[in-house]
Amino acid sequence: MKGYRRYFLNKLGWFLVTFVCGFILNFTLPRLMPGDPVAAIVARMAQGMSDATGVQAIYEQYTELFGTNRPMLEQFFIYVRNVLRGDFGFSFSMYPRTVADVLKSAIGWTMALQFPAIIVGWLIGNTLGALAAYVKGGFDKVLMPISIFVSNFPAFGMAVFLLVIFGVGLEWFPTSGGYGYDMIPNFSWGFIWSVIVHYQLPFWSIVVIAIGGQAIGMRSMAIYELNADYVKYARFMGIKDRKIIGYVFRNAMLPQITGLALAIGTMVGGALFVEIVFSYPGLGYTLLNGVMGQDYPLISASTLIITVMVLSANFIIEILYGVIDPRIKAAQAD
Amino acid sequence: MKHTIRQVFHSGKFVFGFSIFVAVLLIVIVYPLIITDPPLGIISQGTFFEPGIYVNVYDSIGSERYILNLDDATANRIAGRLGDKERLDMKEWLLAYGIPESEIDIADTEQLLGLWENHYDPKSPIAGMTNAQRNYYIRLDASLGGLLSTEGAIIAVNNPDTGTLEEKKVVGQSDYVNVGQVANVRVLPLGTDNFGRDVLTELVKAAGVSLQIGLVAGIIATLIGLTLGLLAGYVGGLVDDVIMFLTNLFTVIPGFVLLILISYSIGQERRGAATVAAVIGFTSWIWTTRAVRAQVISLRSRDHVNLSKLSGHSIAYIIFADILPYIASYVVMALILQISTAIIAEASLSILGLGPRTSEVPTLGLMLNWAFIYQAHILGKWWAYLPVLVTIALITFSMNLMNTGLDQVFNPALRE
Repeated sequence: MKGYRRYFLNKLGWFLVTFVCGFILNFTLPRLMPGDPVAAIVARMAQGMSDATGVQAIYEQYTELFGTNRPMLEQFFIYVRNVLRGDFGFSFSMYPRTVADVLKSAIGWTMALQFPAIIVGWLIGNTLGALAAYVKGGFDKVLMPISIFVSNFPAFGMAVFLLVIFGVGLEWFPTSGGYGYDMIPNFSWGFIWSVIVHYQLPFWSIVVIAIGGQAIGMRSMAIYELNADYVKYARFMGIKDRKIIGYVFRNAMLPQITGLALAIGTMVGGALFVEIVFSYPGLGYTLLNGVMGQDYPLISASTLIITVMVLSANFIIEILYGVIDPRIKAAQAD
Repeated sequence: MKHTIRQVFHSGKFVFGFSIFVAVLLIVIVYPLIITDPPLGIISQGTFFEPGIYVNVYDSIGSERYILNLDDATANRIAGRLGDKERLDMKEWLLAYGIPESEIDIADTEQLLGLWENHYDPKSPIAGMTNAQRNYYIRLDASLGGLLSTEGAIIAVNNPDTGTLEEKKVVGQSDYVNVGQVANVRVLPLGTDNFGRDVLTELVKAAGVSLQIGLVAGIIATLIGLTLGLLAGYVGGLVDDVIMFLTNLFTVIPGFVLLILISYSIGQERRGAATVAAVIGFTSWIWTTRAVRAQVISLRSRDHVNLSKLSGHSIAYIIFADILPYIASYVVMALILQISTAIIAEASLSILGLGPRTSEVPTLGLMLNWAFIYQAHILGKWWAYLPVLVTIALITFSMNLMNTGLDQVFNPALRE
């Protein structure tokens, strides 16, 4: 177990370091914006006001509220303390709702949409890629160009295609939102059905995009493994084909898991744009609203949460990888 | 060098991708020479005109008249205004009005119109009809006026002295004009967009700008990646540790988050196309750095590099003469990939509303952004977004094909 613990601690340390760096970047970058962010908001709030002292009072109240009148370092520690309490401040565009309140529901929608979709896409993609490597012939010749095309296609493009074909053209599924616009979230059957129907198009958009990239990677890994010496040796030994295939795909899977860890950031990014296309009430759509409403507390908090989600997913995959791949244990035990 | 290029052009995939790319490039270069309209000029009053040939009505009245006696002209004229949908709608109204279904035959135009003329009255109360439906029927009724008439239409002008209309000309039902003789005909192959701009002209310009953004971003990313990779791989030690720390850090912190944050912090006013390109470039060097470093480390201990070191060559000389030529093919492939991902990155940023500021040049992403904001995809205005998506797909697909082709040439293990 010693090897695992070292591997685990190493990964945990790295997770913390990246988290701190990501956090600092999330804090600093929006504040590097030229000009005074509060001034811009006040200008919007005070539109049509002619009383200079009134504008000044609003300005002072806001600088006090957001703490922009303090030194940067102090702001940073206040921000850290507030974030630890789950307080991201007020949303500018949806005032008086707080950012935490806006994001609370968005996180649920995003998690429920993206992670199942990415995992399903990853599984289907790997199965198809392995099949293409093993079956070859026509199946391979059809699947590969499609996969290359799909994986090069931007995520939002795929979402638009599915939306236009199945939502607007065939009218099988609704085109936008997470549930019917005439409903209030509750636990009735009608609402759950509406959620399921609205879920399909965004879900399959993400799945299709994930399939493309994964199938290509798995195919080349499997071809590489199928030509490895140990396969030839096993064939000479007369081991059954089925058993060899089992070994081959286990070996080809391992790099694919690392691949998932590295690609998860990009995949989540693509999935956010799928949410935007379908106006799905998740983080991507919230981010869009934040950008449209010049709402930097909201943008900063959404990107922070996305970063944390990606880092955590990465961390979990790497821990799983350590458990699955015995070589990791061996390397750490030396 | 000549041999390598010949080899590259023997790869089917590369040639295919290269031809698509060159075709796109040629269109981008040649089209503005022929059609010199400003790409952002607003030409239509109203949004989303359908693709087609727009013939000036005023000019066609003045053009020379040709009489063609075509048998199906009347049938076409009726079908154009009274399609299946309109017939069904009329039947629906008549049923609601109280006409028995057996009397209504929607296939018999004359009988249907007769019933309609006798009974339709915009004021008659029909239960459960919304205002929009009522207005629709009023419009339908107006469009049916004179559908069965065999008379021509009179063109009259207003006489300013007497204030009366004076007949100038009668346009018969079998009068035709030759489109080639009408002074003003505008072909809009892709219609107009939400602002009333010609989509095709805008698209060609946008593709050019997006390619430039991709190129600038790709070159920046590749240069940074190459420099850092060479430093980390060849110099090693502390430099390597620092660079690898940064690289590992930005591998896990999602690049698009940085892209969004940086673009936002620059602010709408300062975000020109060049700035966006630079931001994309500065956030996407990570993979190039990793790959270059790995290759340089394996090259560093090769014999020819050691020999060069023994001969007392400077580090710069060794890097340029003994290392770069070996990774050149890889760097070119990385550059191609960077360009295609940068084009997609620009489009993604623009969809979020963080693209270049909108007033100066169109980009592929901005066109998509506007199309989505105006709900072109929900309203079925395919010409506003589909050509843009196809252009993006063509560019990225061609570049990836070129890349796969190059990969097979330079990486014998991948050859089939």
